[in-house]
This record gives sequence, structure tokens and C-alpha cells, in this order.
Amino acid sequence: MSELLTRELTAPAVNLENKPFFDAAAEGRFLIKRCQACGEAHWYPRTICPNCHSDRTVWEESRGEGVVYTYSIMRRASAPYAIGYVTLAEGPSMLTNFVGMAPEELKIGLRVKVILQPTEGLPVPVFGPAQ
Amino acid sequence: MSIKGKAYIMGAYEHPTRDAPNKTTAQLHVESAAGALADAGLTFDDVDGYFCAGDAPGFGGLSMVDYMGLRNVRHLDSTETGGSSYVLHVGHAAEAIAAGKCNVALITLAGRPRNSGGRPGPSRGGGAPGLSDGAPELGFEAVYGGSTHNIYGMCATRHMHEFGTTSEQLAWIKVAASHHAQWNEHAFLRDVVTVEDVLNSRMIADPLHLLDCCVITDGGGALVVTSPEVARSLKRTKVRLLGAGEAPKLQLGGRSLDLTYSGAVWSGPPAFEDAGVTPGDIKYASIYDSFTITVLMTLEDLGFCAKGEGGRFVADGNLISGIGKLPFNTDGGGLCNNHPTNRGGITKVIEAVRQARGEAHPKVQVPNCDLVLAHGTGGSLGVRHGSATVILEREA
Repeated sequence: MSELLTRELTAPAVNLENKPFFDAAAEGRFLIKRCQACGEAHWYPRTICPNCHSDRTVWEESRGEGVVYTYSIMRRASAPYAIGYVTLAEGPSMLTNFVGMAPEELKIGLRVKVILQPTEGLPVPVFGPAQ
Repeated sequence: MSIKGKAYIMGAYEHPTRDAPNKTTAQLHVESAAGALADAGLTFDDVDGYFCAGDAPGFGGLSMVDYMGLRNVRHLDSTETGGSSYVLHVGHAAEAIAAGKCNVALITLAGRPRNSGGRPGPSRGGGAPGLSDGAPELGFEAVYGGSTHNIYGMCATRHMHEFGTTSEQLAWIKVAASHHAQWNEHAFLRDVVTVEDVLNSRMIADPLHLLDCCVITDGGGALVVTSPEVARSLKRTKVRLLGAGEAPKLQLGGRSLDLTYSGAVWSGPPAFEDAGVTPGDIKYASIYDSFTITVLMTLEDLGFCAKGEGGRFVADGNLISGIGKLPFNTDGGGLCNNHPTNRGGITKVIEAVRQARGEAHPKVQVPNCDLVLAHGTGGSLGVRHGSATVILEREA
């Protein structure tokens, strides 16, 4: 088996709208936004719901569980890394990196779980295999 | 066609803030939009045209349309002329409405110079130390190392999963482009390659090999579009614009992500409808070929074959002039010839014009090529992108 995938992350661009997400991540909590008007969760988090345009969006803690929607392993890099989308149990799909698994283990439909990985700034959500 | 009497301003809203330390620029855009739409008695879902200028964070309006959840936008204009942009946009919106390209055009402006160092122009500072005020998606995308290669690779992975598309089939697209490029003395890559050559080239971002990727080239191009009166006064062969369509493809909160199709599913139909023709009538197609997968998905989305059939459609030389049913990118395309400054749309139109004029290289010229199509895919296929289709006809 090849080496497990890792990803060296730079600090995320934090703004006034997403700061609560990254502050919670620093406390080990993975938040998503849900709209109280239409009931839908969305990603990336916004103040106004991209589905029904209500401003009644609220933060909600997620278990960060989902399945791999798609992926690609970047070979043209000093250390190959995996990028892809995870479809969260709550519904939305999100762009992310996959870590803690060998490249050949990464498959569409694989169950994965969030890891809040430290950076030199605030932590960033990546996904590893669900245990 | 005059715009006189063809358009009305039905909503107008000035954001009440004069100092916004606690809001992003994107928020001020969406709040302003909500105010103007409420004033008009319309909703975000009624908007089918979006206009913004350089103050809008992100990429050519795509970030804002996605952020705001403007799911029905089919006309985009990010013309930037500084402070006059929005006046100019009113005129552009009226032209688009008069032409039937949209019915409800939204124009937004926002910024926070008081909270980003007081500099004139678009604000990008975050309003507090360490905070950003750039594209709203930035914090959730930029960190993951998305390049064009792996973002397009993700689309190919999913297409293969859903439809059984193979690397061999994708390779045929490069093979066809290389067959054409051998005759183009200016082409960056002129060697004819085989399916095996593509599959044996090194993997860049699974499942895309080196030869699935376009070239990186310096260069340029230009087009001149004239009125019928000017065209008639000139000696050149006349290539008439029959139809055009455009559309963004977005994530809209990630609730129904589907990376197996592109915005061509929306940009194609109005172009074909304007032109009064069908994909089967097209004799030559310039298809944006940043990567082989871009071509395969676009051919399906424009209706040259059914969704999921693209792999079979492109195989066995079907895109090679003189051999296949749909000659494509006879200049060698972005895959072999040219992708100037990583923006290949203009060379797509240029080769389509050459074909329509009968002035492509004799080895690749399509006989009696009086109806051609050019299609562009800009931005990032697997994140958010803008699609555009034009159909051109040689006038006898």
C-alpha cells in the first residue's frame, strides 16, 4: 500500500460572514448553516440562504459525516494530494481534501468523516475515512 | 433595433449604511439586491440577467451569482468602467432585454472603503486584522489546492463513474486535435499522437494525463463584429451571427451538485433556437478544450450526442476532419495549437470563422462548411463556470 495521503494547508481566508465557522473549528466543532425559513442546509455558509433567500439562517453543529462524491489526486506536486467533494449527511456537497487513506482507497461513495486540521491560522475541514 | 421603449427600471434601492464594519462586501451586494427586488415586487428567482462591475468580489460575476443563489440567471455582464459602470449597465440591460436575452436584469454595487484602509476602488480588506473581504467562497475553496487540472479531473472521475467513460475515449479527443495540428505551422505541438501516447503520458491529476491537458501559450487574438451595412460594404466573405446563448453553472449552496454536465445545457438551446438549426445541421464545431473532458461533456450538453454517450461519440476518430462525423478544433485547438494566456475562447471563434470562410488549412477544411458553432467554457468546470455558445453562417 502506498503512503497515506496528507495535505499541508495554508491559513484560510476568514471574513466577517464565516468567522463563526472558523472560530468554532478552533474549538473542535464543525458547523454548517441551515435556513429556518425553508429548512435546507447549505454550503459554503452564508448569511442569506442561497435556496430561498431568507436571512433566517442559523449555525448548526454537524457530525461531519458524508460520502465521497468525486475526487482527483494531484500528482504534479511535491507531495501528491487529493481534492474532491463530500456530500454531507445533511445534504450539501463541499469541496475538501482527503487525508489519512492511501490513494487507492479513495473511491466514490466511500464514507468519510471531518477532521479539523490545524493551519498557521484557524483550522480547515478536511476528511478522512469514517471509522 | 433601438432600445427605445423596450425596458423599464422597476426597482431601485440605496443601502442605508454609510459605515459597515460588521458586514462583508458580498453581504452588502445581496442586501442591496434584496432591497431593489422588494421595491419592484419581484424575487431573486425572477432574475435572469445579472450585471456587476469590478467592486463585486470574485470572478466576473460568477461568485456573486452563486453567493446570492441567482439560479435562473442566463445572461451575465461584468463590464468594468469604474464609477460609470452601473449607468452603462442600464443600457446593456436594455439591449439584452430588447434582444430577448433576459427579462429581469439585476445590477448591484457595494463596497466598504471605510473598513478596508480607506483606499478608493474596490475594497478587499476585511474590516479587522486578519480578516479578508474577497470572494465569499474563498475561505472554503482556495485552501484545498484546486488547480484547473484536478478540478477538471474531478469532473472526469465522476463522469467515468456514472457513464463508464474511459481514458481511452478521452484520449481520442487529443488524438483528433493532434491530427489537425500537424497541418498548422503555428501550432505549439504538431506531432500526431496515438491513444497509447496519451495513456502513457504521465498522470497529472487523476484521471487526466499530461496529454489530456491543453498547452500553455503566450499570444493573442481579436475579432471585428460589424453591422450588416458595414459587412455589405466590405469585400471579405460574410460570416453572419445566427444565434448566441450564455449561462453560468453554479453550486448554489451545494444541494444538488452534479459535475457531469456544464452550463452548455443552458447556453446551447437559445443559440440553436435563435439560429433555427439543430446540432445535426452543424458542419464544424470549435469546442473549448482546456482538457479532453471539457470537450466530451460539452458535446453531450450541446446535444451532439446523448448525455453519457460522449465517450462513444468521440472515439475512433469521429472528431477528425475528413474521417469523422463532427470535425472539431481543426486548428489543433487548445490541446495542441494555442491557449493564449489560458483563455481559449477567442481562438475557438477564429477557427470557426476560418472554416465558415473556407479558409482553414486545405487538409482540414470541411467541404461546403456554411454552418459552424463555437463554444467557450470559462472559469472552472467543477466549481463554477460561465458557458457561451455562438452559431455562425457563411452568407452566400
